[in-house]
Amino acid sequence: MNAIQFNAVGKDFGAFTALKEVSFAVEQGDFFALLGPNGAGKTTLISILAGLTRATRGTTKVMGLDVQADYRAARRAVGIVPQELVFDPFFNVREALVFQSGYFGIKHNDGWIDEILHNLGLTDKAHTNMRALSGGMKRRVMVAQALVHKPPVIVLDEPTAGVDVELRQTLWSFVKSLNEKGHTIVLTTHYLEEAETLCNRIAMLKRGELIALEDKNTMMQRGAARSVILKLKPAQLPVSLQPLLIAQHDNRFELKLADIKELDAILAALRAEQITLKDLEITQPDLEEIFVQMMHA
Amino acid sequence: MTGFYTLFRKEVLRFWRVAFQTVAAPVLTALMYLLIFAHVLDAHVQPYPGVQYTAFLIPGLMMMSMLQNAFANTSSSLIQSKITGNIVYILLPPLSHLEFFGAYTLAGAARGFVVGAGVLLATLVFSIPPFKYPLWIIVFGLLGCSLMAILGLIAGIWAEKFDQLAAFQNFLIMPLTFLSGVFYSIHSLPPFWQSVSHFNPVFYMIDGFRYGFFGISDVNPWHSLAVVGFTLAILTLISLSLIKSGYKIRR
Repeated sequence: MNAIQFNAVGKDFGAFTALKEVSFAVEQGDFFALLGPNGAGKTTLISILAGLTRATRGTTKVMGLDVQADYRAARRAVGIVPQELVFDPFFNVREALVFQSGYFGIKHNDGWIDEILHNLGLTDKAHTNMRALSGGMKRRVMVAQALVHKPPVIVLDEPTAGVDVELRQTLWSFVKSLNEKGHTIVLTTHYLEEAETLCNRIAMLKRGELIALEDKNTMMQRGAARSVILKLKPAQLPVSLQPLLIAQHDNRFELKLADIKELDAILAALRAEQITLKDLEITQPDLEEIFVQMMHA
Repeated sequence: MTGFYTLFRKEVLRFWRVAFQTVAAPVLTALMYLLIFAHVLDAHVQPYPGVQYTAFLIPGLMMMSMLQNAFANTSSSLIQSKITGNIVYILLPPLSHLEFFGAYTLAGAARGFVVGAGVLLATLVFSIPPFKYPLWIIVFGLLGCSLMAILGLIAGIWAEKFDQLAAFQNFLIMPLTFLSGVFYSIHSLPPFWQSVSHFNPVFYMIDGFRYGFFGISDVNPWHSLAVVGFTLAILTLISLSLIKSGYKIRR
């Protein structure tokens, strides 16, 4: 059974189609990144999963439970950290978590609430009113609210947008530990290095369509974004290699390396021109480059 | 039931935390009405035989405050949650539409009762109306507050900004409550306005509530009960269908 299953899910807002027919699965235990530029449909897809938005077509299941037909059980199976910074100004942190537990039908949850507060560095803020917290602290409480019912699937919609390094580290350390305990994590973020470091599978959305869904290592092998940096003497590049030039700094030339096999031809061209190779460095593409390349494809 | 109870408790705490605004202020407003109207009219008006105007006014003011505050509780809570976005914390959990409806409605009715008790206590020094039929008082109080809380729920769901809610409150709720016989017996009105009053469901709530105090009313209390009960049923159905469909709450 998949943790999440989208089957031909689509959403129209009037004449505007926010999601076309999106189908993919998130496996149990995945640390899954859902990437895409603003307006790609990430939040719409998450909102459909959460029951905040009703899909125009298709079906969505969480832990095998349909989010419409079996909405009560499906909502117990998922914890969502919304993208917008939202809070109830009438209550303090502990009250917010006790209420959230109650909404999920959990009466005596103090032990788990204390554990979440501790893990998110909120223990000394437990009795502080939500209004008095900084933005980063409010974000931590939002994460805590998504976890009160110990959901097997946790969805974080841009949880680190505009927050400091300390929170990011605390948050990712805690979320990683949850993933190691078997929770499935779905993450949307614009900080692609986070996705690259944390996630094992990556999906990319563009204009409401799924354009990629791969194991992270497979995606990182997409070579078009790889390059080779050559230190040359004399500092000149053969004419035949000029089309590959990305950047030049003094005698250092960065060339596109779509395929590692092209390296032979590059070295041969240098030898033919009697240019000495002083140093060579092959750069691995990062996710950000792959992302940009795919979004512009 | 835990979900329902938690939401109900949260909604009650929400108004109780700002009780100066949500309870003390309407009690003071009712007291001002009583001071002014009773001072001006007590010696000149006897709405029912043997009933002083001040005593007559107290149940009316009490019920008017209860109804307005029951409406205000649900409508303001919902619109605030929608505008600030924290309604998401009610929409993400597995709360059914019945739990949502029940918790908001009862919390609104609870605020109505707290305000009503406050008005009664504050006005008792001026006159003590006879509590002739307490059961009618409770029944009309409960039905009236529930009805207005449900109307507040509908308004809160429908409104997308405070301006729209204010329009609902000022152009519908206020006229309905002020023109419902709070300050007068409709028998003192010209025939045309008497007829118009019979189309106002709030009139029946006030009249039935007042019957519980004095045993006298402008219309038969069973008739009032039927009108209030029917209106309550209609609004309940509308409200439940709006919540179930996710109208303006779930996109």
